[in-house]
Amino acid sequence: MIADLRKEGKSMRTFDASKVREEFPALAQTVKGKPLVYLDNAATTQKPLQVIDAMSRYYKLDNANIHRGVHELSERATESYEAVREKVKRFINAADAREIVFVRGTTEGINLVAQTYGKSNLRQGDEILISGLEHHSNIVPWQMLCGEKGTNLKVAPINDDGEILLVEYQKLLTERTKLVALGHVSNALGTVNPIGAMISMAHKAGIPVLVDGAQAMAHTRVDVRELDADFYVFSGHKMFGPTGIGILYGKEEFLNAMPPYQGGGDMIKSVSFEKTVYNDLPYKFEAGTPNIAGTIGLGAAVDYLSKFQIEDVENHERAVLSYATDVLGSIEGVRLIGTAREKLGVVSFLLDDVHPHDIGTILNEEGIAIRTGHHCAQPVMLRFGIPATARASFAIYNTKEEVDALARGIQRVKEVFS
Amino acid sequence: MKSDVRSLYQEIILDHNKSPRNFRAMEDATRVVDGYNPLCGDHYTVYLKMNDERIEDISFTGSGCAISKASASVMSSMIKGKTKTEAAALFTTFHDLVTGTVELDGKIEELGRLAAFAGVSEFPARVKCASLAWHTMKGALESTSTTVSTE
Repeated sequence: MIADLRKEGKSMRTFDASKVREEFPALAQTVKGKPLVYLDNAATTQKPLQVIDAMSRYYKLDNANIHRGVHELSERATESYEAVREKVKRFINAADAREIVFVRGTTEGINLVAQTYGKSNLRQGDEILISGLEHHSNIVPWQMLCGEKGTNLKVAPINDDGEILLVEYQKLLTERTKLVALGHVSNALGTVNPIGAMISMAHKAGIPVLVDGAQAMAHTRVDVRELDADFYVFSGHKMFGPTGIGILYGKEEFLNAMPPYQGGGDMIKSVSFEKTVYNDLPYKFEAGTPNIAGTIGLGAAVDYLSKFQIEDVENHERAVLSYATDVLGSIEGVRLIGTAREKLGVVSFLLDDVHPHDIGTILNEEGIAIRTGHHCAQPVMLRFGIPATARASFAIYNTKEEVDALARGIQRVKEVFS
Repeated sequence: MKSDVRSLYQEIILDHNKSPRNFRAMEDATRVVDGYNPLCGDHYTVYLKMNDERIEDISFTGSGCAISKASASVMSSMIKGKTKTEAAALFTTFHDLVTGTVELDGKIEELGRLAAFAGVSEFPARVKCASLAWHTMKGALESTSTTVSTE
């Protein structure tokens, strides 16, 4: 089935974003009387009809709790739910479906690892190494853990282009370092980290690595075994799936050795008041009735993405980003923040001394949706000595024409503030 | 037309954003309060020099969007010399204005420079920007805390 879909993908070698757009109902609307230009994909992507329909179908026909009932609906729901684990496993090339844990999103996945792996493996004086590019969700869970365990948080610095300084990163990998946690692609600047090389550097020092892949999944190939990531975490809603569902991938040996995260139903084999025996992987980490509809929606999103050669998607997005970088960069007064050699999906910018919030409001009047603010990455803003940026972020369905609309919108901002 | 961007970015607002009044720290302030909007990172410090019930001097420092900075500037120039009670009344007027809970008909005159902020009520996402410095000033007057947050 997948092989067939992949073949079909190959036949659409000339990537046509306008065809792609037709599958996303939300993109067809007007905002403030103008065609919506949705450039806030790093916050969340729009959903193809395929995903919306899959969730709707589950609620219309198959709604039942999973792993419990002997009745037809429960069997259908369980089957659809577990099929997604298999789809995700194939999509990221995990070794086994047991390594795929359903969580609420990237944030919960990182918290899960911090509170289970972190709590049972880190001691006072140990160090956790992150980078200066991280989203708050890959900072705060570690700070909380450090507060509890007396562990220290170390930060690999970035340069003026927004790239992690690998020499400094290497220096910070010491015998005290017990865990490395890195973003794959920066949400604030779009920097693509050389994550494979960084994992291998950590592994040479015997240190496991968690990768925050939230901004990578819908944009580039992710093969967890090729990367040799020990943990890889991502959200469904940033890859055309619904909110409230995400994936924690962990190597089986790690997940097996970790204590459970939350207690409750489904995560146990047997319960008595004297002793509870925990369930096997991955159920050990999935207490309570899960987000069944969301999981099914995520499965549909994986199916949707699997229709394409991800390299075609990436090439298309690179072309749009490169065009945006040229067009915006040539507007007088625009300053691009984040000029890494390897970038994906994001152009963060400032315009003269106009505050990004004002840029966002005026662009909205033109039907253009961007994100303004610190992008949950305040340390990145601090590094550049700025409180905020305006950020346009792209996905599979964005076009150069939309970049032109953005450029016209920026001219409008300049007019208002002239 | 209702939410035309020019109705938000009126000349007065653009002017106060460009050249904010009373934009300085005050060494002999009797009250200093910080105001934050954690969602967008706007941050202002409001300085008050109280003489009994009267606001003898007011100033502010900090950074944020045009709406928040202009609002802080207009607030400072309107509050200076007022009594606590008068300032509290102006706060209520401003609050009603930007949240759209007041009928404007026939009131434009008495609103004075505040009228420039009438457009804010059409932009719900920006109400907090406009209110930040006012909330901070009110916090300073009541002196209940040294930080004020819009969240």
